[in-house]
Amino acid sequence: MSTTTTQTSPADPSALDDRLFLARDNLQALIDLLVAQGHQVIGPKIDQGAIVYTEIQSVDELPRGWTDIQQPGQYRLEKRNDDAYFGFVVGPHSWKRYLFPPITTIAVADQTPQGWEMRGHPGPTPKYAFLGVRACELAAMRVQDRVFLEGPYVDPIYQSRREEAVIIAVNCTQAAATCFCTSMKTGPECQSGFDLALTETAGGFTVVIGSTRGRALAEQLPLRPAVAEEQAAARAGRERAEQQVTKQFDTTDIRDLLLKNLNHPHWADVAERCLSCTNCTMVCPTCFCSSVVDVGDLAGEHVERERRWDSCFNLDFSYMNGGVIRNDVRSRYRQWLTHKLASWIDQFGQSGCVGCGRCITWCPVGIDLTVEVAALRSETAV
Amino acid sequence: MSAKPRLGVFKFASCDGCQLSLLDAEDELLAVAGAVDIAFFPEASSRMEPGPYDVALVEGSITTAHDAERIHEVRRESKFLMTIGACATAGGIQALRNWGDSEEFVRAVYAHPEYIQTLATSTAIADHVKVDFELRGCPINHHQLVEVLASLIAGRKPRTPTHAVCLDCKRKGTVCVTVAQGIACLGPVTQSGCDAICPSYDRGCYGCYGPLKQANPTSLADHLVQLNHPPAQLVPLFRSFNGYAEEFRGVGDGMERRMKDEG
Amino acid sequence: MIDTSHATVAPRPVGVNPWVPSTVRIQAIRPEITDVATYDLEFVDDEKGARFRFLPGQFNMLYLPGVGEVAISISGDPAQHGTLAHTIRKAGNVTAALAKLPVGATLGLRGPYGTSWPIETARGNDVILVAGGIGLAPLRPVVCDIVTNRSSYGRVSILHGARNPEGLLFPSEYEHWRANGIDFQTTVDRAADGWTGSVGVVTLLLDRLPLPNPAETVLFACGPEVMMHYTTKTAMGRNVDPGHIWLSTERNMACAIGLCGHCQFGPVFVCKEGPVFNYERIAPYLTIEGL
Repeated sequence: MSTTTTQTSPADPSALDDRLFLARDNLQALIDLLVAQGHQVIGPKIDQGAIVYTEIQSVDELPRGWTDIQQPGQYRLEKRNDDAYFGFVVGPHSWKRYLFPPITTIAVADQTPQGWEMRGHPGPTPKYAFLGVRACELAAMRVQDRVFLEGPYVDPIYQSRREEAVIIAVNCTQAAATCFCTSMKTGPECQSGFDLALTETAGGFTVVIGSTRGRALAEQLPLRPAVAEEQAAARAGRERAEQQVTKQFDTTDIRDLLLKNLNHPHWADVAERCLSCTNCTMVCPTCFCSSVVDVGDLAGEHVERERRWDSCFNLDFSYMNGGVIRNDVRSRYRQWLTHKLASWIDQFGQSGCVGCGRCITWCPVGIDLTVEVAALRSETAV
Repeated sequence: MSAKPRLGVFKFASCDGCQLSLLDAEDELLAVAGAVDIAFFPEASSRMEPGPYDVALVEGSITTAHDAERIHEVRRESKFLMTIGACATAGGIQALRNWGDSEEFVRAVYAHPEYIQTLATSTAIADHVKVDFELRGCPINHHQLVEVLASLIAGRKPRTPTHAVCLDCKRKGTVCVTVAQGIACLGPVTQSGCDAICPSYDRGCYGCYGPLKQANPTSLADHLVQLNHPPAQLVPLFRSFNGYAEEFRGVGDGMERRMKDEG
Repeated sequence: MIDTSHATVAPRPVGVNPWVPSTVRIQAIRPEITDVATYDLEFVDDEKGARFRFLPGQFNMLYLPGVGEVAISISGDPAQHGTLAHTIRKAGNVTAALAKLPVGATLGLRGPYGTSWPIETARGNDVILVAGGIGLAPLRPVVCDIVTNRSSYGRVSILHGARNPEGLLFPSEYEHWRANGIDFQTTVDRAADGWTGSVGVVTLLLDRLPLPNPAETVLFACGPEVMMHYTTKTAMGRNVDPGHIWLSTERNMACAIGLCGHCQFGPVFVCKEGPVFNYERIAPYLTIEGL
């Protein structure tokens, strides 16, 4: 550990920009340190033809030398001509599956001689360390923070997992055709919300410290001061990512554009193509809809309340009093898009979209929300 | 409910797999058996009592003139009639005959076709009598069957999910086989029920649980054609266990028409 | 001029795991009309019961383990502590299972949730309550406050509509309400033998209602969305200020704490920003189909 960081205040990360360097051969030391501190390290790994987020213990599990090629409705892995560990963008998973799990028990009820007794689920909180969090994903966590932590009610499951999670961000050094973080002002460079942020270069990673927890980690890592060439390479990588974000999304007055055009004919046009299959909502790193179901034993004396990911694209999601409110694909697509891009602003003071492009790539028929909004905009007399 | 509901299980043209699912339920079945009076279930018991029945589970499709009459008898004797499985709900795999010439099949297969009496079509139970509840699947999921029976006993509405298979893939973390590998998959237009088994083994969904409510299979089929899946392969994909269900039938027929038009 | 600046902060559960219900016991069951009964619930934990406060219009989540949870507005008197009345129509799985429970049975309760009718704003002014069917239940706490503090209010009218005479809710209380200077009127969609009252939609009653001070009149409505839409139109046509109209909307509140996404209605979460809304807040969305 170089003495420079221990003597520098972490209050202004930009002052530390790229000053530290983790040699490529020392990336394992970072994983080992996190594991030694009791963290379950979740990072990128190739599985089922994609780069997913799953438990890793070794750098050998990282998608070294692979990249992802994305377009609406299509994702492919391709060999890179180098050995980059993080030479890809974002895949089908997002960190939300660890902070807001797809299925989790939120409460239990037991029948006793005195009647029903209910309590919260006492399960242990997993202590995660996320390796490879991108700028748009940091933004997505902040969006979900507002939902789960900053409203009148706090979700204890999200809260405990979020507090425990160490975040090792990695700056993008390239972009996919589906990325539009620059339009949503969420990336590509990681600005805050991480413990450490790395930028990958040929020989290793420049490191930025983003928190006191990050500084404590840095103090135990074999870091050295970065040399000018390494700093320049890191900067060039980040600039390359920014230049590669070619998708532009005009969000001018988007709240009113959408909420004042709820009966626009374009919604029916999208419904011709939309499958209402829920994929966009499931891959979205900010979508938070869920349903709670009771799972009981046969005797019905012990019941667990299970919270499961749900979606506004499901017919039953708007079931009320014997009827379904959003009874066609048109109204369900409209609900999703207007919520994500417009009413989220009313509800949480910011857009629900971070520009990661997952909903575009993972739509089985390649519907691109930015194209749909642009079409609606062009067909609307302002 | 003080008296145990009387249950009858009836078989029409089918492979018996759905009835076996009920027997597979083991532990739950014991609880079910304790809560209902199984009055007619030839697959499981020699006891065959006459109706009326509170609940009739009907497996299989209608393929003979005799069955077309028998289903009306079952309906008359049953307060609540539930179809179990793709045969009863959509005509089953044997509904492939609906696109062919059944007389020709009979001549080709049987040494004495004169002994075979069959209808030209295989049709769903709901095409013949009123059905109170349809339990999907080829075969059905026994957890769902137990849930439906438990709900009938408790006098509440069954809780069987109606979302697309995709939601189950995503909850499990299964990567989309269509987007990542270009595999043709019916998941986005198929109702949940199997917990998305096939995509987790790198196979596309075969649509065993039938069309999702308000499914949009035309859009999916158009997209798969764009991905260079030959219509000649997509038609049989849509025409399988639930191929005669209206939504899937329409897409297969449409593609076939276009193939003919385009020569 | 009506002062609508009163910032009423409705009570809500604090400092607890928001997913965990408290155990309540059924103290009494009062059948009201067909398929509707009022359940008086008391907390098994006396201390919780003593602390529980609600404002008219708020709702609780009632939980039957193994069956599910359902949002039910509180229909009792907010000034009376210890007992919580919920008037429930047998409609879905949970309410049907609830209807089978005897006095003494326990269930779960989370609450109170949501916004309240602006009682402070209503006091000192003329008040019209418009209720369709079971929609009278969430308004009953307001009626309780009016009866208790009758001199604080100006003219008070309750216009209650139902499908048929048997659908009129709380019939045993009408006399008491009238005796306290409330103009209580009813109408039914379909008359039955012996019915001598009004036949037709509830807006007909509103059309005929004398409105001497429309500028000093507030209107609270609860019922089917189409009824509230026409009620609002009629009231505005009679010069009631749209800013003085409040509606209690219904969506499928599932978590009641803004975390599950079910009850969205345009830009609002009905569980958090509602169920009681000022008309102007939701006016643009009331006529959008499938929202």
